[in-house]
Amino acid sequence: MLEFIVRRLFQGILVVFGVTATVFVVTRLVGDPVALMLPLSATEAQRAAFAQQIGLDQPIVTQFLRFVGDIATLDFGNSLWQRRPAIEVVFERLPNTLLLIAAGLGAAVMLSIPLGAVSALRPGGLVDRLTMSVGLLGLAMPQFWLGLVAIVIFAVTLKWLPTSGMGTAAHLVLPALTLSLTPLARFTMMVRASMIDELNKPYVKTARAKGLGLTRILRVHTLRNILVPFLSISGWELISTLSGYTVVVETVFAWPGLGLTAVQAIQRGDLFLMQAIVFVIAFLIVLIGIVLDILSKAVDPRMELN
Amino acid sequence: MTMPLLEIDNLHVCFDTRAGTVQALRGVSLSVAPGETLGIVGESGSGKSVTAQAVMGLIDVPGRISGGEILWQGQPLAGVDVTRAARGIWGREITMIFQNPMTSLNPLMTIGAQIAEVVELHMGFDRRAARQRAAELLSAVGIAGAERRLGQYPHEFSGGMRQRVMIAMGIACEPKLLIADEPTTALDVTIQAQILELLAELQEKMGLAIVLITHDLGIVAGLCHRVAVMYAGQIVETGPVDAIFENPSHPYTQGLIRSTPGLDADEERLTAIDGAPPGLLRPPSGCAFLPRCPIGDEGCRAPQRLRAVGSGTVACRKAGEQAWREAV
Repeated sequence: MLEFIVRRLFQGILVVFGVTATVFVVTRLVGDPVALMLPLSATEAQRAAFAQQIGLDQPIVTQFLRFVGDIATLDFGNSLWQRRPAIEVVFERLPNTLLLIAAGLGAAVMLSIPLGAVSALRPGGLVDRLTMSVGLLGLAMPQFWLGLVAIVIFAVTLKWLPTSGMGTAAHLVLPALTLSLTPLARFTMMVRASMIDELNKPYVKTARAKGLGLTRILRVHTLRNILVPFLSISGWELISTLSGYTVVVETVFAWPGLGLTAVQAIQRGDLFLMQAIVFVIAFLIVLIGIVLDILSKAVDPRMELN
Repeated sequence: MTMPLLEIDNLHVCFDTRAGTVQALRGVSLSVAPGETLGIVGESGSGKSVTAQAVMGLIDVPGRISGGEILWQGQPLAGVDVTRAARGIWGREITMIFQNPMTSLNPLMTIGAQIAEVVELHMGFDRRAARQRAAELLSAVGIAGAERRLGQYPHEFSGGMRQRVMIAMGIACEPKLLIADEPTTALDVTIQAQILELLAELQEKMGLAIVLITHDLGIVAGLCHRVAVMYAGQIVETGPVDAIFENPSHPYTQGLIRSTPGLDADEERLTAIDGAPPGLLRPPSGCAFLPRCPIGDEGCRAPQRLRAVGSGTVACRKAGEQAWREAV
């Protein structure tokens, strides 16, 4: 187990290094960062001074080594827009994004298991057909549109919840629900399909022959078996959410998280802030992968770690 | 005569399929006395397993019990309203072990937890006592190092060992009846012998009644007191094991014994029964074996009921006639 964790961490470091190199190539070598970051009205002298300030006058190898060295000390340079270290901005916004993800994905996980299980008990029944229809709708609806519709209904017309921003718990409701619908639909369909599979397996007959009630069979026997595929799909959803859904949802609801910050950084040509965001998200994704592997092994002792 | 433990009376089970209703059981009646071993034999699709599943309440949609009664010590065991009450019987007084031990255990639960949950449920043991009992049971079914084995998962056990674990769960609450549905079919021959020996030993020790479902007549001859022969969803012959083997009355039983290797030392080659059993979508109203029967005639198109012949019962109007040319 320990050997596995060490090996995975080492692989993770390689991936993060790969991401770092890619970020370097994209930001320094493709296009001119000076032209990107300075306004069109900047003079030649200002441009040259800025290039020197961020080290663009150095040979490419020196630039890369310095880049890697800076990242190792979490120094991503100053955000041009915020005029303070980029990493500081990232660490300030990251908790907001994590809160949104915890609420949104948490709701999706909590709801999908009972919904999927009830659907699986009577495939083709009323509950099943209803759940599947709503689920398909959830998968088909783009989140930016869903978010706007939710704002129009619950914030503008009914005035139950605030339209946007962050502050009270009520501010969290709409963005979290909007974020949760796609993962909820995907989780529910997956739980339903695996539950139908599991319920037809011989060990369920054994459990019934033992005189166990349906609740116990579902809760203890089949749920454990569903947990393995569920873990891997929820890992994927977590990664999609972190690197995609939050950008859309945070923008729609003006939620001050990392996704919204990324959009703002791009709009302002704030290369250093962008780098810091990409790096931190890549790091988190690698970490999620490792944690998932460890959890899967804990649930399924048959799994080979390699 | 003492009251039978289990009494099945005119049981009908059918499965609703797209093609129509398959009549899997068409009026099965049998009884099991305390402490006896009843063998149920017949070929695939004859209704052996369906009978066992009906007794255990395991018939699922699209299947249903469409008629008849199952009585456990005089109390009805089938039907929606009694299902709840029967929970205390299934797993406690009647237990079942299945054909494939490789898939019949939950792959993600330890052996200990799977055995302990039965004792916790039915005997009200707390966790520690249940674990203690699970260890005793593992030793009782011949698994060495029980304490260590409790924490292991099914994939760490061989097929024979897993069937022992199933048996340990089956005897955990000291049941009165154990139904074994082809318990050795998936195992290799030497392991088969060990498992059967274990069943016989437990029966003697615990005074357990066993219903042994198999298509292997050799196993029946070695282990059972009484035999019921099934064909196309009906019982065609019952009787004490010796009588069935020495003097089978039904042409199907005669054919079955004649086509079994190893029971007759001087036979030269095996002979099969020509043809195949009828489909159960539209079963014949008369004797289902008629198309394959060498001595059947027009009179056999009328329904055949089980009637007492010698020490057993037979559903054949020509019972006792020699159906096949050579001696059986």
